[in-house]
Amino acid sequence: MLMADAPEVHLVFDRPESLTDVDTHYCPGCSHGIAHRLVAEVIDELEIRERTIGVAPVGCAVFAYNYFNVDFAEAAHGRAPAMATGLKRVHPEAVVFTYQGDGDLASIGIAEALHAAARGEHLTTIFINNAIYGMTGGQMAPTSLPGQRTTSSPCGRDVETMGMPLRMSELLATLPGVAYSVRRSLHNPKNILQAKKAIKRAFEIQIEERGFSFVELLSTCPTNWGLTPSESMTWVEQRLIPFYPLGDYKVI
Amino acid sequence: MPTELIKGNTAIAEAALRAGLDAYFGYPITPQTELLEHLARRMPELGRVFLQAESEIGAIHMVYGAACAGARTMTSSSSPGVSLMAEGLSYIAASDVPMVLVDVMRGGPGLGNIAPAQMDYFQIVKGGGHGGYHPIVLAPATVQEAIDLTYAAFDLAEHYRTIVVILTDGCLAQMMEPAELPPMRERGSPISKAWALSGAKGRERRVFTSVHMSPEEGEAFVNKCARQWDVITANERRCVSEQIDDAEWLLVGFGTAGRVAQSAMRAARAAGLKVGVWRPISLSPYPTPELKALAPQLRGCLVVEMNTGQMVEDVRLAFDGRVPVSFFGRSGGVVPLPEEVLEAVHRMIETAKEVVC
Ligand SMILES: Cc1ncc(C[n+]2csc(CCOP(=O)(O)OP(=O)(O)O)c2C)c(N)n1
Ligand code: SF4
Repeated sequence: MLMADAPEVHLVFDRPESLTDVDTHYCPGCSHGIAHRLVAEVIDELEIRERTIGVAPVGCAVFAYNYFNVDFAEAAHGRAPAMATGLKRVHPEAVVFTYQGDGDLASIGIAEALHAAARGEHLTTIFINNAIYGMTGGQMAPTSLPGQRTTSSPCGRDVETMGMPLRMSELLATLPGVAYSVRRSLHNPKNILQAKKAIKRAFEIQIEERGFSFVELLSTCPTNWGLTPSESMTWVEQRLIPFYPLGDYKVI
Repeated sequence: MPTELIKGNTAIAEAALRAGLDAYFGYPITPQTELLEHLARRMPELGRVFLQAESEIGAIHMVYGAACAGARTMTSSSSPGVSLMAEGLSYIAASDVPMVLVDVMRGGPGLGNIAPAQMDYFQIVKGGGHGGYHPIVLAPATVQEAIDLTYAAFDLAEHYRTIVVILTDGCLAQMMEPAELPPMRERGSPISKAWALSGAKGRERRVFTSVHMSPEEGEAFVNKCARQWDVITANERRCVSEQIDDAEWLLVGFGTAGRVAQSAMRAARAAGLKVGVWRPISLSPYPTPELKALAPQLRGCLVVEMNTGQMVEDVRLAFDGRVPVSFFGRSGGVVPLPEEVLEAVHRMIETAKEVVC
């Protein structure tokens, strides 16, 4: 048993300064919360909290501004990269990141995302790929897997009529303005640690002004997948990762 | 400052720059493009932000970001492009950040054509994006007025933290007229604004959001905006008139149509008719009390527009049945001629006589 005044008591786990002391609204087993924590830890470690500006999406992470203890703006659906461009161009010394879901970034906002990347904006984008529209109740996303049942593809995604899913990390890696494009997963501690390293590298690349940096995180949505939290982690491993291979698609 | 021959689009761009424009984002569209092109050259020369966006959607959301960052920011476009900006305008209105939009209207609907028109009065004055917000809308009729209003627009936008629209058309934007440009202003620092996002250095973090989750919160925000609009309505009405003292018949038009009405008024005066002209400069807030005050002396009013009748509704509201109001319009990109307006004046007077007999 530890004594309160024992000198060997060390604090080993605490809330990062870059997270507010607020309960999130995310469902149990949702990895949005993990992604938030990783981003906040990186901001703390790089000591950039006082010059970071975040841009929230429309999607389940719409209230990200309540959870990060940094300046924040909440964009319209898909427009975060354009809004972030405006912020960064006015404050080039700030570290500006967007946090976007797959509907937000890869569907309605794909033009804004691709063009911010193509311009080589010194921005960092954290892209949460959970293969579904979480906030609106589980409709098909541009990243939903072939055959995946969603409320708007009740018989499974038919790629003949609905097309094939988009692999954003690979797509962005083809653009000269992109300095860093990688895919990681949040389904177990090992992968979470690797995801954190990638997020840190992405922010560093922005600080070094090398170009657009992009981290795709394979994420869970137990609520709309109709799975338990632990089944969801397995689904990421067995279904998502084979279609969305983890790896570095561009690192300069 | 010397008087020079200057094109409407260039004049507006240069006036914005001299008013301290920090950041411009836009997308090419005729008949507005010279405005963007002028800033493409001038802004980088002065070390300021110019960016050609991927679309008008991109442009307006870049403006949104720059406005949240505390910058004096602006975009410009023409009718189809402004339709794409509707989303961003609504978000900007919901976030209480200042910006200036220049809308050089062209013939519509659809892709329409690139000829001058006033078919977007409803869109800009009454609507635009969703959610029933009010922008301040200013309609110049000369290049000089376009310069003066643009120069003033940024102060107005920042004072009320609102959207200010310079609503003009392809005629004024493409026309060259002698005009005087204002002096170059000192620029303030975006960071000095007590509400701007810049990184929470030594202060509490700041947040911009347009989300109001509870209906009560939403209503409180909307009511706050409505009270603000009352203040703007009380302070920011602008209009001009000519030959009004003894006028029995009134011509009303805004922007280019207002100028055509002015020429028609002069021709009518030469023919011995007691015609005056009244031109609203602020279309929003509308100078309703000023117009209403003219009612007792008037026997009739003719509204001239480059559409099929939009602002005429506001004129009828102002007179509230006290003055017969008729309408003459050309649309789709056709500019009315003073002669046709004069004929319409004669018809108005004839009709009034028939009613009396
Ligand atoms: C213009 C517009 N269209 C549609 C919506 C409705 N909408 C809100 S969130 C969302 C999809 C979000 O999905 P995703 O980006 O994958 O994020 P997630 O909720 O899964 O985290 C949609 C379609 C909206 N808010 N705005
Ligand atoms: S709906 Fe899905 S993405 Fe949204 S919070 Fe719940 S689990 Fe997460």
